[in-house]
Amino acid sequence: MAVTEDTGTAPINGKPQSWWSGLSLASVPTPYWFVGAILLLLPVLVGPFMLFQVFGWALILGMIALSLMFLGGYGGMVSLVQMSVAASAAYMLAIFGESAITQISLGWPWWVAIPIALIIATAFGTLTGALAVRTEGIYTIMITLAIASAFFYFTRQNYVLFNGFSGFNGVTPPELFGVDWRQPTPFYYLTLFWAAVAYLSVLYVSRAPFGLALQGVRDNARRMEALGYNVTAHRIAAYVLASFIAAVAGILLVWLNGQVSPGTAGIGPAIDILIIAVIGGLARPVGPFIGAIIYVLLRTFALDFMVSIGLSGERFQLLVGVVFLAIVFWSPDGILGLWERWRNRMNSTDRLTGKARDNDGGSEV
Amino acid sequence: MNAMANTSSMASRLSATGTANALELRGVSKFFGALAAMQDITLTVKPGERRAVLGSNGAGKTTLFNCITGDFLPTSGVVRMFGEDVTKFPPHDRIRRGLRRTYQISLLFGGLTVIDNVYLACRGVSRNRFSLIRPGRSDALMHAAADLIEAVHLTDVHDTLVSELSYGQQRQLEIALALAGAPRFILFDEPAAGLSPTERRDLIDILNNLPGHMGYIIIEHDMDVALRVAESVTMMHNGRIFKEGKPEEIEADPEVQELYLGGGFTHG
Ligand SMILES: Nc1ncnc2c1ncn2[C@@H]1O[C@H](COP(=O)(O)OP(=O)(O)O)[C@@H](O)[C@H]1O
Ligand SMILES: [Mg+2]
Repeated sequence: MAVTEDTGTAPINGKPQSWWSGLSLASVPTPYWFVGAILLLLPVLVGPFMLFQVFGWALILGMIALSLMFLGGYGGMVSLVQMSVAASAAYMLAIFGESAITQISLGWPWWVAIPIALIIATAFGTLTGALAVRTEGIYTIMITLAIASAFFYFTRQNYVLFNGFSGFNGVTPPELFGVDWRQPTPFYYLTLFWAAVAYLSVLYVSRAPFGLALQGVRDNARRMEALGYNVTAHRIAAYVLASFIAAVAGILLVWLNGQVSPGTAGIGPAIDILIIAVIGGLARPVGPFIGAIIYVLLRTFALDFMVSIGLSGERFQLLVGVVFLAIVFWSPDGILGLWERWRNRMNSTDRLTGKARDNDGGSEV
Repeated sequence: MNAMANTSSMASRLSATGTANALELRGVSKFFGALAAMQDITLTVKPGERRAVLGSNGAGKTTLFNCITGDFLPTSGVVRMFGEDVTKFPPHDRIRRGLRRTYQISLLFGGLTVIDNVYLACRGVSRNRFSLIRPGRSDALMHAAADLIEAVHLTDVHDTLVSELSYGQQRQLEIALALAGAPRFILFDEPAAGLSPTERRDLIDILNNLPGHMGYIIIEHDMDVALRVAESVTMMHNGRIFKEGKPEEIEADPEVQELYLGGGFTHG
């Protein structure tokens, strides 16, 4: 097993392995090397706008959607609060660190402000999780959506702490190692690094006891209880990890935009994260990143496209919606599922017999 | 977490180990709306005791198991395990105290492999359930899981997806999951149902080879199987205990025979 994503099916331990076995480089398949190389060389391939506004943003949104994928794909819990968790980290960084709103911002150094922001945002996400895990399916979606909208209205109405409607601007990354991290190339590498860390962590944890048990909880919570697992505690713990990933993304997001305001985590952006994850595919950690790049490309270039066919540019949401609909219609498991089916068809017809496994109710009630 | 739970109940269990019953139910009832699935069940099982529960479909046997494990909370009554009142405990707390069960309809993780399923079971009753480190070469639980797989004759399908197993193999896996860790008492819900004669013999061997201190209750329709694996029998009917006794007594009981005239049991 490699840094491929055979998370659902690969044995933990067909042969004896050591704990780092999942990260052994020799077994990384070629397409991954290829994508990795392109991502690393991107600054020489595309201009600063693409680098910063398109790929930087996509990697950040991909991380937030990844946190949703971790909860949804492995844990069976669809949370709409992930964008709010990211925004709360952004707000906390602005409040404890430096911003243009000097009457509120405390101006503490980054190495104090960032950990505080991460801790508070993670606590916020975990608390939401603790409320949500006792519910299932649609109710989880509703309760997290309710908390997301409460967060939106609270930040918009609270001026003492959150500076109300206008939020905070002038939030910039610290100048470290003599690098201006707000320049497109350094910022791109910064986000690429953290996105890769988040991606690999989720991939790794999915085969560790915690991740495996989380998938067990998703498939069969009752049996997990009967095996000695505290299902509620396990679900809440999943929120801890997911919230932390979203929080890291939130820090990057406020640096990308230079600002954070209630609109950062309105209902629209909250649902966009779900759309991104679904477009890409919830089954594997790479899905959210694929979804994010499609979403950002659509958002960035839909305007020109809409205007060129005589529609108002603001209606880019329409295009996103149409793409979303098409994907959900054609492939409920996202672009990733579409690609997998295509590859299976190309590989061999024998694969079709593998389908028979669906008929056998091994994991039924 | 486990360790804490252990110390808190240490006192009650120390006094319990020698004398207390493995299981003690007092006046346990379970209603589904107006339906009494199980009514006023009083039952004691000694440590190491092996008992069969018989009864027609809908007699309340599975409901009895669900109330013992905590899958369902009883409507009324008290459940004690090794001297400790566990009536309100969630299932995982009872499992961590040594209780195990299998399900009548296999409840397995179809999307995971056989070894993953058994590994999860071993991990569930040990420490580090939240571990973020992948199991390594020397992981003791991985060896324990492999041993269990061998014990239920599934070594050939070690890495097979559970959804691809045959029915009989899934039943074997159910049993492996219940044997993980150090069980003190096991509930088997119709483990022999639907098995071939060979698989049935294997099952009887597995049960007879369990260490003597490991008691169990087995729900079993087949009197022939029940006689070979149990030393006492509880007969249920319409949610109540109808008869209790030695297997021979139950089999010879005229009331039992009348109740099951025309079928229910197969002999020899
Ligand atoms: N979850 C449930 N909800 C409603 N009724 C149930 C439930 N489980 C069992 N019952 C009912 O309780 C009665 C006893 O069922 P059960 O304990 O499964 O019987 P047995 O295992 O002896 O065949 C049956 O009438 C059954 O329909
Ligand atoms: Mg039953």
